[in-house]
Amino acid sequence: MNHPADGDRMRRRRLEEGIFKVLMGLSVFAVIGGLLVIIGTIVWKGLPALNLAMITQTPKGGYYLGREGGILNAIAGSFYLASGATLLAVLFSLPVVLYINIYARKKSRLAPLTRFSFDVLWGIPSIVYGAFGFIIMMALGLRTSLLAGIITVALLEFPIMSRAADEVVRLVPRELIEASLSLGATRLETSLKVVIRQCLPGLLTAVLIAFGRGIGDAASVLFTAGFTDRLPTSLFQPAATLPLAIFFQLGTPYPEVQQRAYASAAVLTVLILLISLLARGLGKRYTRHVIK
Amino acid sequence: MNAMDRQTHISIRNLSVAFDGLQILKDVNIDIPDRKITVIVGPSGCGKTTLLKSLNRLLDPLDGARISGEILVDGENIYGPGVEVTSIRKKMGLLSQRPQALPMSIYDNVAYGPRLHGRRNRKELDALVKHYLRVAGLWDEVKDRLGEPAARLSVGQQQRMCLARGLAVGPEIILGDEPTSALDPQSSQNVERRLIELKSDYTVVVVTHILRQAKRIADYIAFLYLGELVEHGPAAEIFANPRDPRTRAYLTGEIS
Repeated sequence: MNHPADGDRMRRRRLEEGIFKVLMGLSVFAVIGGLLVIIGTIVWKGLPALNLAMITQTPKGGYYLGREGGILNAIAGSFYLASGATLLAVLFSLPVVLYINIYARKKSRLAPLTRFSFDVLWGIPSIVYGAFGFIIMMALGLRTSLLAGIITVALLEFPIMSRAADEVVRLVPRELIEASLSLGATRLETSLKVVIRQCLPGLLTAVLIAFGRGIGDAASVLFTAGFTDRLPTSLFQPAATLPLAIFFQLGTPYPEVQQRAYASAAVLTVLILLISLLARGLGKRYTRHVIK
Repeated sequence: MNAMDRQTHISIRNLSVAFDGLQILKDVNIDIPDRKITVIVGPSGCGKTTLLKSLNRLLDPLDGARISGEILVDGENIYGPGVEVTSIRKKMGLLSQRPQALPMSIYDNVAYGPRLHGRRNRKELDALVKHYLRVAGLWDEVKDRLGEPAARLSVGQQQRMCLARGLAVGPEIILGDEPTSALDPQSSQNVERRLIELKSDYTVVVVTHILRQAKRIADYIAFLYLGELVEHGPAAEIFANPRDPRTRAYLTGEIS
């Protein structure tokens, strides 16, 4: 039966469908376009200043006035700092996530409370972590150093990593855990041999998200890691970081130094990209066994 | 051990289970015979799976479960104080409704249990894996691809791999929680055949809601209805002359 209203409704529904398709297309375009514009800007502005010396040398005298040298100090510093912080965060994050998902009683209030805490911690601006890290640093009797920076960035990464990992571990089917338990495994054996393996791709993502956040953050290292033109050789020495290098270079009045800031940003981006690709490549070896 | 003791393997005494105040099992008493296939039948939601899970203490990680009564395996109360839960579970291999392959290779799935329990020698493990995959009737299908992810096997093959995995731990008892419900008819038949073969060495307890399956494989039947063990006895007897009207109604399909 063709009621006249049917035709109208049909047209309206088709129009809705069309409008939403356009909106979705625009959103996707905004995301990908945004990324391309950012990378494009960095490369376009930074490329002229990017040369081998920049990534193989530490700043020479007058680097910030446009003389020679490079940002190897910041590359190395950022790499050490983010690696150390990520490692430290994993050491705390994994037990928490396994505890609230595998060990805690299903009705325990601890799990939702922990998740809520992570959500709050996630939202705290990194400058607050910086200030908090500074207090810890003083309390521990440390000076601005690689170690103080690592501790602060680990604090910043911890909720991000934990929450992302939590979302993955939550999805492990109860039956899979029971299959392992029924073979006489303890919960720890089940967590380490089954749950972690099953979640490896997701856990890797959680670690990478946290690492990316850690290596890119300037405010948390501002008071804690310090800055130096030398390569860090000890945990107790200050360490330069790429975000601060970018910040300082952008802050100079010299265009050629500002250009170097963009070049540094390009280096930072490439560094994150390389580490992501490397981790994914390594992870692939272990993900072929994941149960879908 | 005298001949009488040998006939009962698992003794369930006054077992009651409640979740959050909701009574799932009410005062269940049954002696499960040694090296026979005992099939627990009953409509869905009657507590069959709960009864099965209480046997290898899979109920304790779940929350809000209140368990009272005793389950004696080889005369030892598995809910007794100081009983190591992993040693209880080592005595029983579990086949679940859907086969749960562990996220590792076929070989590692079967070797998982033995490794947990201290077998490290590669040759010994190779032999174990081969032996139990043979027993489960899977060896010929997988012998050339033991290193492949277990998830690549068909569901029917996975269930037989799970059987091999359970047996490799060296249990005395095989528990099956509707072990063929996710399988195609041919794979189901294959699994049923394995269970019948295995009863000469193992005590088998299977939960099913498929009456025909119960008729095919059961030596002993327990009929569970609304958390109550209505009737149990040798399969031939129960199928021929059910004493309780509820059992009769279930067998004729009036309650399902």
